[in-house]
Amino acid sequence: MPRKLPRKDAVIIGLGWTGSILAHELCDAGLDVVAIERGPWRDTATDFLISYAQDELRYRLQHELFLRPAQITVTFRNNAQQTALPVRNWGAFMLGNGVGGAGVHWNAETFRFLPSDFVCRSHLVERYGEKILPEDMTIQDWGVTYDDLEPHYDAFEYLCGTSGTAGNLNGKILDGGNPFEGPRSRPYPTPAQKQGYGHTLFAEAAKQLGYKPYPQPSGNLSQAYTNPLGVSLGQCTYCGFCEWFGCANYSKASPQTTILPVLMRNSSFEVRTECEVSRINLDRSGTRATGVTYVNASGEEFEQPADLVLLCGFQLFNVQLLLLSGVGTPYDPQTGKGQIGRNFTHQTMSTAVGFFDKEKYNFNPFVASGAIGMCIDEFNGDNFDHSQVGFIGGGYIGQVRTNGRPLESMSLPPGTPGWGVKWKQALRDNYLSSIICGGACHASFYSYRDVYLDLDPTYKDRFGRPLMRMTIDFHDNELKMSAFLTDKYAEILQQMGAKQVVKQPRKGPYDVTDYQTSHLCGGAIMGDNPGNSALNRYLQSWDVPNLFVQGATAFPQNAGYNPTGTVGALAFWSANAIRSQYLKNPGPLVHA
Amino acid sequence: MRSGKDPLPGLLPSLSVFAALVVSAGSAWASGIDPQDFSQLERGRYLAVVGDCAACHTLPGSGRDFAGGRAIETPFGNLLAPNITPDPITGIGAWTDDEFVNALIKGTGRHGTRLYPAMPYTYYTKITRDDALAIRAYLNTVPAVYNPVKSNQLPLPFNIRLTMAVWDALFFSPGGFIPASGKSPEWNRGAYLTEGLGHCGLCHTPKNFLGGDDKGRRLQGYSLQGWFAPDITDDLRRGLGAWSVDDIAAYLKSGHNKMSAATGPMSETLNLSTSRMSDTDLRAIAVYLKDQKGRGKEVVERVDPASAPMKAGAQIYADECAGCHGANGNGIAGLFPTLNGSPVVQQTDPTTLAHVVLRGARSVSTAQAPTGAAMPEFAWVLSNNQIADVLTYIRNAWGNSAPPVSADEIRKKRQTLVERDD
Repeated sequence: MPRKLPRKDAVIIGLGWTGSILAHELCDAGLDVVAIERGPWRDTATDFLISYAQDELRYRLQHELFLRPAQITVTFRNNAQQTALPVRNWGAFMLGNGVGGAGVHWNAETFRFLPSDFVCRSHLVERYGEKILPEDMTIQDWGVTYDDLEPHYDAFEYLCGTSGTAGNLNGKILDGGNPFEGPRSRPYPTPAQKQGYGHTLFAEAAKQLGYKPYPQPSGNLSQAYTNPLGVSLGQCTYCGFCEWFGCANYSKASPQTTILPVLMRNSSFEVRTECEVSRINLDRSGTRATGVTYVNASGEEFEQPADLVLLCGFQLFNVQLLLLSGVGTPYDPQTGKGQIGRNFTHQTMSTAVGFFDKEKYNFNPFVASGAIGMCIDEFNGDNFDHSQVGFIGGGYIGQVRTNGRPLESMSLPPGTPGWGVKWKQALRDNYLSSIICGGACHASFYSYRDVYLDLDPTYKDRFGRPLMRMTIDFHDNELKMSAFLTDKYAEILQQMGAKQVVKQPRKGPYDVTDYQTSHLCGGAIMGDNPGNSALNRYLQSWDVPNLFVQGATAFPQNAGYNPTGTVGALAFWSANAIRSQYLKNPGPLVHA
Repeated sequence: MRSGKDPLPGLLPSLSVFAALVVSAGSAWASGIDPQDFSQLERGRYLAVVGDCAACHTLPGSGRDFAGGRAIETPFGNLLAPNITPDPITGIGAWTDDEFVNALIKGTGRHGTRLYPAMPYTYYTKITRDDALAIRAYLNTVPAVYNPVKSNQLPLPFNIRLTMAVWDALFFSPGGFIPASGKSPEWNRGAYLTEGLGHCGLCHTPKNFLGGDDKGRRLQGYSLQGWFAPDITDDLRRGLGAWSVDDIAAYLKSGHNKMSAATGPMSETLNLSTSRMSDTDLRAIAVYLKDQKGRGKEVVERVDPASAPMKAGAQIYADECAGCHGANGNGIAGLFPTLNGSPVVQQTDPTTLAHVVLRGARSVSTAQAPTGAAMPEFAWVLSNNQIADVLTYIRNAWGNSAPPVSADEIRKKRQTLVERDD
């Protein structure tokens, strides 16, 4: 029997970005809040030491900051005809662990989605007619609009100190920024980061081709910044150790560098680390959460009763906990009925490598940051006419090379031997003069009837709970889009003066061993009625109104941007609804 | 005995508590402590904050305010701070107000025994009787905790309290605060707080070999608890000469200003005391400190920038330090202290620098400056030679000048710091 603990006003499952934001907002509203975090406590001073933070072997190759598959993993298959097998080494995406969650190891690209992304289906149908949508595509509108979220995007950016150049200030299009972005009410809190030679050269070539390049919005700050909570961040040193690493310089926005110093001082907040929630408890009616049950590192089981439950874990585990706890109805791909597990999406990444004359070009690729780079948005979302291209969706294209790390960032011309003198020579010849950019074409992944999550019938975790099973593959729409975007990127590399360009468009089938991004989305999506979504527009469960599910879990489909800006905005939006509406009158905020 | 009210028959608490009640009620009548007087209690609470009573008398993490038991480190051995809750047996509930006031201003225990000057009566002697009674009134309100503490843990001969009579005769000048004529009320308030209740010199004034203040070098810095409490006079190089009154007040309030950040024992002083003081009092302290002349002009020979330690130090600095503290040693306000022109960097005694580099340091987190940025330890990364070189470098780079640091000094510091359990 689990030991029953004293009641709390709110229990938060997972203390990453959304958990930290919600915890701070709810404590600020006077609530007594406890966060249950599966991983360890982590902070800059004790865990990301400048004297060893840039250890590529430890963090990049040996996955220091991540979950261990032996602790929990997922099973994978491309389609329902296959038998899913457990993932035993992370590949296509990385699963964060510990306080700060993915906010610790992200690259800190801090985008807003396009206004049309939030009304994806109705916008496309209005512009092109219903027939533009592939038959098995299940995209839909979010139930929330860009205008609803604008103040909350702003709140997240000012929390982080995001560095960027505004392209649309209150409807006025400004030079140097992204002219396609939705109107923002204020400029970015700090100016865009400085750009390296390769990034600058890309921007010049893009301009020559008629595009409007803009600096990638970055959570690695261009200058020191103190956020509205009074927490200070330093200036990025462009060391190029961002994604997969913690920042030792206090210059990458993360829960640790923006919220936790204030949250941890608050006596009405408590975090219990190395404690894993095993289920959300419901009352007999199944319509009210009574709290959570969790297991600590010693294997002892506890019940934490709470009036409000906030599910703030990573997308996969949010969906898993909903299924294991019996919240809502599991998705059935045969009938299309049921909401939990539906509209699972990822990202469609592709690139091209440009090799340049080493006598003329020296890019110094090691001078970089996780969100440095120059991008164009001409081929993102519905910023261009899709009527003749044979696909829908898109992405940003950019020279966003984030690092020159010696083990990871070596791509040599085709035909180079894999070892020996010739390999060494090719490395010497190309390290400084090639453009290798994993995230060059960062594109959407729309939702399909046969891409979903459910509980694996065979494989179980160490507590005997079924693992999450991913059923996922690329569809023609995304592969065509990837080829199109990769061509556009390759043209810009040519324009830059590359002597050789090697295109690497995304090819099917979906490969769980090949890293794309850690942007897994959907599975418990938001929408305007319980017939098409698991959550209402405030991220409140339709089925269990005192349960709110945060994060990209709620995305009906994934857009062509990095998701964290939108995840942060939704967290502030949801927190605002809880504070201004729910706490005054607990119950459903939207009546179906 | 004078008692305001007779306790009801049948509701008598234990005899000792009863005795305490009548004693305190009696003394209240006699001295003017009124347990109903909010203004006096609140003033007493504030003064107990200024005096930082909790720093010694509350064992951190015990949750028992003022119940004593915390070890006070002295060069002669440890003392345990006594229980000053109103518990009549193990605390000071049975003390008369006069006994309490005498402990503060004369350094005498309940029955005339001598206190050790870890209790800063050498400073508290400047407190007015009114202020002392207000503190007493406040302490009467805190929960009584039964917690016997044997304070005296000193070895022979220091454990003989009578020796303190000799010490007092040598180093203790009793007497209240006398305002300086010709100085502003703000200056005098600052002097009262700094030299009296605030007892800043307890850490910041050099001590002679018997632990008495070296009065000729007041507030010019002293090494204790593995740190060097820096010079806080107006000395331009080692003191606060480059800081404005606002800079000092901001530092005392938030633990940070645009150049510096509090760490080590000062973090605790910040948390328990100065961050909770009024802005007016902090400004007064700043005004007073800005008027304290330091050692005056002295020629400190800069280490030759072309010398081997300086060259090696510059390289180590670029590799290990410049990422945060900047190539020019300017740091980042609120996060990373400025090294260029820093008094901490240029103290003659490099103890704090060695401590920070060897063991790392976390800056204080306060409501005004919550970040609490920290520096990691480098003991495992850098050799004694390398640390000596990089410290010599930062002490003589940019506009700085201070004596070089030797590898042998670092070796000794490494040894003593390893032995410390804090």
